[in-house]
Amino acid sequence: MNSNVVLAVLVSAISFGTPLVVAGLGELLTERSGVLNLGVEGMMLMGAVTAFCVSQKMHGPAGLILLLAVLASLVAGGAMALIHAFLTITIRVNQIVSGLAITIFAGIIGLSSYLGQVWNIGGVAGRHQFNSIDLLGWKNVPILGPLLFNQDAFVYASWVLVVAVMYYLYRTRPGLYLRAVGENPAAADAMGINVTAYRYIHTLIGGAFAGLAGAYFTLALAPIWTDGLTAGMGWIAIALVIFAFWRPDLLVLGAYLFGVFSALGPTLQTRNITVLPSEFYSALPFLMTVIALAAASTSWANRRIGTPASLGIPYTREEG
Amino acid sequence: MTGPLRIERRLNTPGWLKFAVPIASLFLAAIITGILLLATGHNPFSTYHQMYSAAVTSDGALSATFVYATPMLFTGLCAAFAFRMRTYNIGGEGQLYMGAVGASATGLVLGDWPRPLLIIAMVLGGALAGMVWAAIPALLRAYLRTNEILTSLMLNYVAGFFMYYLIYDSDSYWRDLSTPGASVFPTGKTLVPAASWPGITIGTFVLPMGFVLGVGLAVSLLFLIRSTRYGFEMRVVGDSPQAANYSGIRTKRKIVSVMAISGGIAGIAGSSQIGDFGHVLDPRGLQQAQYGYTGIVVAALALYNPLAVVIVSLFIGGLTNAGFALEGPSFPTGLVGTMEGIILFTVLGGEILARYRIGLRHRAVASTPVSAVTATKAAS
Repeated sequence: MNSNVVLAVLVSAISFGTPLVVAGLGELLTERSGVLNLGVEGMMLMGAVTAFCVSQKMHGPAGLILLLAVLASLVAGGAMALIHAFLTITIRVNQIVSGLAITIFAGIIGLSSYLGQVWNIGGVAGRHQFNSIDLLGWKNVPILGPLLFNQDAFVYASWVLVVAVMYYLYRTRPGLYLRAVGENPAAADAMGINVTAYRYIHTLIGGAFAGLAGAYFTLALAPIWTDGLTAGMGWIAIALVIFAFWRPDLLVLGAYLFGVFSALGPTLQTRNITVLPSEFYSALPFLMTVIALAAASTSWANRRIGTPASLGIPYTREEG
Repeated sequence: MTGPLRIERRLNTPGWLKFAVPIASLFLAAIITGILLLATGHNPFSTYHQMYSAAVTSDGALSATFVYATPMLFTGLCAAFAFRMRTYNIGGEGQLYMGAVGASATGLVLGDWPRPLLIIAMVLGGALAGMVWAAIPALLRAYLRTNEILTSLMLNYVAGFFMYYLIYDSDSYWRDLSTPGASVFPTGKTLVPAASWPGITIGTFVLPMGFVLGVGLAVSLLFLIRSTRYGFEMRVVGDSPQAANYSGIRTKRKIVSVMAISGGIAGIAGSSQIGDFGHVLDPRGLQQAQYGYTGIVVAALALYNPLAVVIVSLFIGGLTNAGFALEGPSFPTGLVGTMEGIILFTVLGGEILARYRIGLRHRAVASTPVSAVTATKAAS
């Protein structure tokens, strides 16, 4: 492999990694509040289909339409998260089962597919998409130029989001409270923190981020709608949170690493480099997820694990 | 909790509520789906009527419903059995694929065996392949405490790509290479006629052998869970892993064996796909059907009771059958999954409402709780 191919894989890894960064950050915030959301895949598909619908049906300046499409994806993901929040936080349905139900409800044979058909947007090329912006005019700087300064606005926004989430989590009072709610809801409650409100808000934010991540598929990565186009990326985002030990900085690294695994197959294929069957490259991100999850659960890694102590457990004052 | 609702656990659930709540949940699901249908320009009453006739009353509809129900019965049992011990095996989908790979290999290799032996070998071949595939997340969970939900799910995708590789991208043993056309349109080798499982024909209705096998399996699993030491230990591990450890139950072995049995059941779903219906390994068809994921819906609606899985698999099988039969502009495919999801939401919510007493929060301490029935109406 020459350096050209390596660079092409890395540039494409940024694109493939971006939805993982965004959905992963959302899931991280949700899990930090003590709620496990296994509905990410379904929420991403809902975000993808609504964003694509807005970008196909609305007329006006491209920038405005893209902005509205992004907003629609936030609302769609958030709406799915509201169902999950109501079921798990208010009436205490098992979080695992509720999350799976969301993914089936919204997923490849569910509402996202239904809406795609009702709105009749399947199989046509997108009218609007995020194009790469030559940031600071440094596009032609060797290696770093194409990697960091020639991405689209969505990617730049995702970097801002990373910084914002890290600042929020570690440097603000609500961020501190959020971590307290996830670690020990009873103590947080005694401190006067509204546990239910924190869990609702961060579940909704997580869902909105998942919807946003879905929008990246139909507005930038592959501007077309097909059923189930996220193809398991939502699940990898959930796994990322675990082997990033619930830390945003490690999550970003992991997301781009998995971007590399996802980018490898398509990049080599367009250059007609076939070493292994294409199915192997397609399966690679999933195989690597299994390996990474196993590695993260070894006793070596367990010493610095950061699982929020109340993850998956509903909180009620009455039953303690 | 500081919300406006107050939720308390009931000391004992009244008997009538156990029946009233699921029925009310289904009714509510029908109303919500009806609203969605209206909002997208369809008449809910005629849609429901069409679905009923496509699933039950029209020619051959009931047989077709059993064709869809059979794999869901197995994958439903797969999920119900593992979930019962709170080991969340989401890998039924991949274990089904591997079962189909295993069963078709067995059927192809042992094609000249006497028919009864051949059929038994196919069942076991699929079960073994499913077990081996489930053993990966099981061992990781038992010995490294790796989250089995995610690993079993990831392996679904891996199994899917593996199946594609066998038929579309290699000269594997499973692929038909006998005719020149087969290289343009890759297909799997068709099994010998003796390898197709005998169904029970009653008039025009055909009961697949797999379904009978599944009912037998459901009864055995119920017995295993309710009346054996194995089942008792399973329930202890599920309800309190700590208590299980202190009482000397070998938790790790239990996790591996339960997951393996669960995977084996999903593997038989794959065997049945080959033996009962397809007679050929068809990666695309298996993947589009999503039987493994639907099995989770079936198990959750059956509240993880194996016998209830039989009934629910017929219900969801009928729904899926109607979905495929009516597929078209007036009945988009996505409607089936959407309806499954809505039913899940209402049934899961309803089940909790039956176990808890829900009322509005009053300021006074000694307030009289509002009965759960009025609360159901208020909550919906």
